[in-house]
Amino acid sequence: MATSYQLKRADFIFKNENDWEQVLSKILNRTSQDLINELISSELKGRGGAGFPTGLKWKVASELEAPEKYVICNADEGEPGTFKDREILERVPYKVLTAMVACAHVIGAKEGYIYLRGEYKFLEPELEKVIDEFEYYLKEINFDFKIRVFMGSGAYICGEETALFESMEGKRGEPRNKPPYPTNYGYNGAPTVINNVETLAHTFTIFKYGAKKFYDLGVQYSRGTKLFSVSGDTPKPGIYELELGMSLQDFVFEFGDGDTKAVQVGGASGFLVPRKKFADTAIGFQGKLTGISLPTGGSMMLFNSSRSMYNVLDNYLEFFREESCGQCTPCRVGCQQLLLGIKAVKRGEKPASYLDKLLSLTETMQVTAKCGLGQSVANSFSSIVENFREEMIY
Amino acid sequence: MSPTQLIIKELADKYGRSREHLLPIMQGVVEHENYLSEYSMVEIAREMDIPAAEVFGTATFYSFLETQKMGRYIIRMCKTITCAMKGKSQVLLAIQDMLKIKIGETTADGRFSLMQTNCLGLCHKAPAMLINHDAYTDLTPEKVREIITEYMNKPL
Repeated sequence: MATSYQLKRADFIFKNENDWEQVLSKILNRTSQDLINELISSELKGRGGAGFPTGLKWKVASELEAPEKYVICNADEGEPGTFKDREILERVPYKVLTAMVACAHVIGAKEGYIYLRGEYKFLEPELEKVIDEFEYYLKEINFDFKIRVFMGSGAYICGEETALFESMEGKRGEPRNKPPYPTNYGYNGAPTVINNVETLAHTFTIFKYGAKKFYDLGVQYSRGTKLFSVSGDTPKPGIYELELGMSLQDFVFEFGDGDTKAVQVGGASGFLVPRKKFADTAIGFQGKLTGISLPTGGSMMLFNSSRSMYNVLDNYLEFFREESCGQCTPCRVGCQQLLLGIKAVKRGEKPASYLDKLLSLTETMQVTAKCGLGQSVANSFSSIVENFREEMIY
Repeated sequence: MSPTQLIIKELADKYGRSREHLLPIMQGVVEHENYLSEYSMVEIAREMDIPAAEVFGTATFYSFLETQKMGRYIIRMCKTITCAMKGKSQVLLAIQDMLKIKIGETTADGRFSLMQTNCLGLCHKAPAMLINHDAYTDLTPEKVREIITEYMNKPL
């Protein structure tokens, strides 16, 4: 069993701090190397879900010589069950902007963009006002950096970083092959640092309070706090900032409705954990010592025993079928066939053993799909079918 | 110049005519006309000097850039898991009953179009929907009837 931690609440991200000008001027007085070292020693990992070390990303981009470099804030939050980035941009946008300026200072960028998903268009007017304040301040201190909002138009896949660049370049949001990675070849082919909204907000905390404060929270390999978007069958849906490394059991004890059957960790592209595995599951990034540990973009959806897992899977697969960009065959055809397949099993047109064929199809998708969307369909599919097989059939 | 051509020219003057401004220009046209007609896509291509097929290919990729004629107010009901669990279907039925249209259709007076969409990022206040850019949350059949009535009294 994983070590049991009590849920440790924290309040950094949404703490209202009206001192971004002081924080920013302190940041701009420090050398780029100094800031990178601070970020690396905090062990901050990307909060969008993939968990790449943020300091390393900035470091690589800062070492490249290029006429143009870009800082992009990824606000294309589309994962089902995730809504923390909207709240950050609504309540503490200046933290994100401060971090973007800090990044521009570190890597030497002149332009920054916030790629805001089309569904969040209602945030744009307020955000533009805060950007104006920043531009005014930057002009005063003679720091050459422009921030613009780029609106998306309703495509989940554009949250994938290379698809996001394609979209910004005015094309279909189809992911590129990796490598080259964005730090070398990003927007318009220039070195680009692209960070999730929450990652940038944490950067503000780290630069203001020091890396140690952040590092002391959480557990090994999973340092710091994380925002969790809690929804589904829970008496208190909402956004909570918790230290990483908690056990899912403790989480359910706090947020469940007493009848929690399963929790979907990490949205439709994450894993479903059934009740019997709550105690053995920790929430954080995978490390050698942590046992079963599930990373997450922060989406925690609870299901109680009144829910049919077949309906849940059906809903996810329909989501993936629609949001697959259609570029690579494993994902385009795979998502359709998985949906047709579970429907056929449910109706009795295919034998129960057909589920095993579908499982092997998800394995194929996992190794052959071009980007994270197609690769991660296997996560929810296999964790639901393996744990709730009888619900798929009857 | 037709009104559509004028809008496109204005947008191109504002954003620029290189490829990376295609999305903002298309969004601008949708803002005015609720959708991208074949005519406006051809005109965008002409104004930006790129193949019309590229404009069409890009437009059809994005679910918020409609290429079918749409009503003045586009209702987008979230259908993803949490909203589905929290009674989206009843809300949808109430809307359909009130407007006498099915999903994907537009009312005869061109006021409303009814669409379904994927996760809106408002799961903690499910079920949720957008009408154009405005979000409405914690919906019930009663609440949605009030909201729609309000829109019925707005200018077309």
